[in-house]
Amino acid sequence: MKTDFMTNLRAIKARSYVRIVGGNREPSWLIYDTLLPLLALSAYVFVYKALGAPQAYAGFVILGGAMTAYWLSVLWAMAAQFYWEKEMGNLELYLIAPVSRISLLLGMAIGGIFMTSVRAVATLILGCLLFRISFAVVSYWKLGLVFVLTLVALYGLGMMFASLYMVWGREAWRLSEVMMEPIYLLSGLYFPIRSLGVAVGLVASFIPLTLGLDGMRQLTFTEGVKTRLLSVNTEIGLLILLGVVFLLGSIKALAVMEHKGKKDGQLTTKWL
Amino acid sequence: MSMKDNLRTVKVSNTLGWAIEANWTHPILFSLYTVVRPIAASLILVFIYKVIATEGEQEALFAYLYVGNAFYMFVTNVLSGISWIVHDDREHYQMARYIHMCPANIFYYFLGRGTAKILMTVVAVVVTLLLGVSLFGIEIDFSSVNYPFLLFATVCGILAIVFLGVILAEACLLTARHSFFAGEAVAGLFYLACGAIFPIDILPGWLQGLSKVLPLTYWLEAIRRSLLGGSMSATLSGIGDWQLAGIMVGSTVVLGIFAIYFYRWCEHIARKAGKLDQVTNY
Repeated sequence: MKTDFMTNLRAIKARSYVRIVGGNREPSWLIYDTLLPLLALSAYVFVYKALGAPQAYAGFVILGGAMTAYWLSVLWAMAAQFYWEKEMGNLELYLIAPVSRISLLLGMAIGGIFMTSVRAVATLILGCLLFRISFAVVSYWKLGLVFVLTLVALYGLGMMFASLYMVWGREAWRLSEVMMEPIYLLSGLYFPIRSLGVAVGLVASFIPLTLGLDGMRQLTFTEGVKTRLLSVNTEIGLLILLGVVFLLGSIKALAVMEHKGKKDGQLTTKWL
Repeated sequence: MSMKDNLRTVKVSNTLGWAIEANWTHPILFSLYTVVRPIAASLILVFIYKVIATEGEQEALFAYLYVGNAFYMFVTNVLSGISWIVHDDREHYQMARYIHMCPANIFYYFLGRGTAKILMTVVAVVVTLLLGVSLFGIEIDFSSVNYPFLLFATVCGILAIVFLGVILAEACLLTARHSFFAGEAVAGLFYLACGAIFPIDILPGWLQGLSKVLPLTYWLEAIRRSLLGGSMSATLSGIGDWQLAGIMVGSTVVLGIFAIYFYRWCEHIARKAGKLDQVTNY
């Protein structure tokens, strides 16, 4: 379907508006999305304290916890979104709208990044103040680059998942549930990924969070360099590759899954 | 309604709960789904421990946090599972009005729906403990486990968690958007405050005070004592087993009574405010 460029831009703005404005309208997010997750994170910090770990490991946990917000956003606000729209009866409206599906997903991604960043920064600041974490940033521009590339690859992956979830039933929800703790483990959110072994770490590198977190730790903590998986430059290169693969993959996956969904009559079925 | 009717409600809602939880896939895949998350959560702790401690060091602490984490799954799954029922019925399946119209006590409906989660979690906990003993070097002497105390603590603890879940579910009846995260967020709070994975002695003083008020703190202590034969917490080691049992029974009874009255109050407010079947598309 050929669509007008300006119409698609407006669609991106509309989809991101919900998350940028609506998501922050109620101040309760300060408690539910920031304070309460910080409590669960604090438990891991206290475990490291009980084991007598260096202070940098508390920093690993807080940084990992802040990045958890992005993974949860990818799972629930990106991947599961089309499934939810299908359950609410809105998916057919999206599909007959004169906009590209990619513009819908891009709008969701942009809005999701903004909304999640507000929460992640709040968690990071609170966590650092609470546990007196100090950073030793080696290069701010490299840190920013690693962070941006991680988000691009992560949300590209989210866009791919959104395509798959469009035609799935309840298994979509369950898959998102199953991809929480296992991904926390494989990404080394709360401990250096290298402790899983280099081989497992390299396989886990297909998850953008693994490489991004390892790179950010190397650039913000001296302990991060000692426990690194790959060099920062290698991780930057791999993140670029993952971003390209996932973004192109999402375009293809969306077309394939939409066609399959129309053929099998799954785009409007609910509660299966 | 008679107790026979209430038990029938529990039975039917349990069947419904199982169907929702399990019939989306093949039984083998479902079994895998049941254990993957708990195992991953336990492995996170295993690697946190292995990163810092060298071989043979702090094994007692490792066993302490591993066992605590395994049993804490009841809190995460059951608490958030029961509170999620309100959101599921109201927003997703939009059946809430029919459930409230039918001649069933909603309190027992929540209990029945929660039993599916309990049974799944029992399997997950057993698998996690067996993995811990066989693969991760957790030393549990099965011949000296205090099985009666373990059974008592488990049943009492699960009851308390179910009542907490019902209280949270009823609170979610009055909210539009927060029910989505309420269960997980509250479970996270308890994770820290109850010392699920570390002795509460290392918490700051004010947080220790909160720990001592929460019934789950004593439940976890009882589980660890019965399985591991002792306590690592200087704060709690002064409490005898019978005192611990008394605290658990007392707090569970209080929670149960509060859950019943809170449920009546919340349902009344929700009916008056028209929130019983509100749909927010959230």
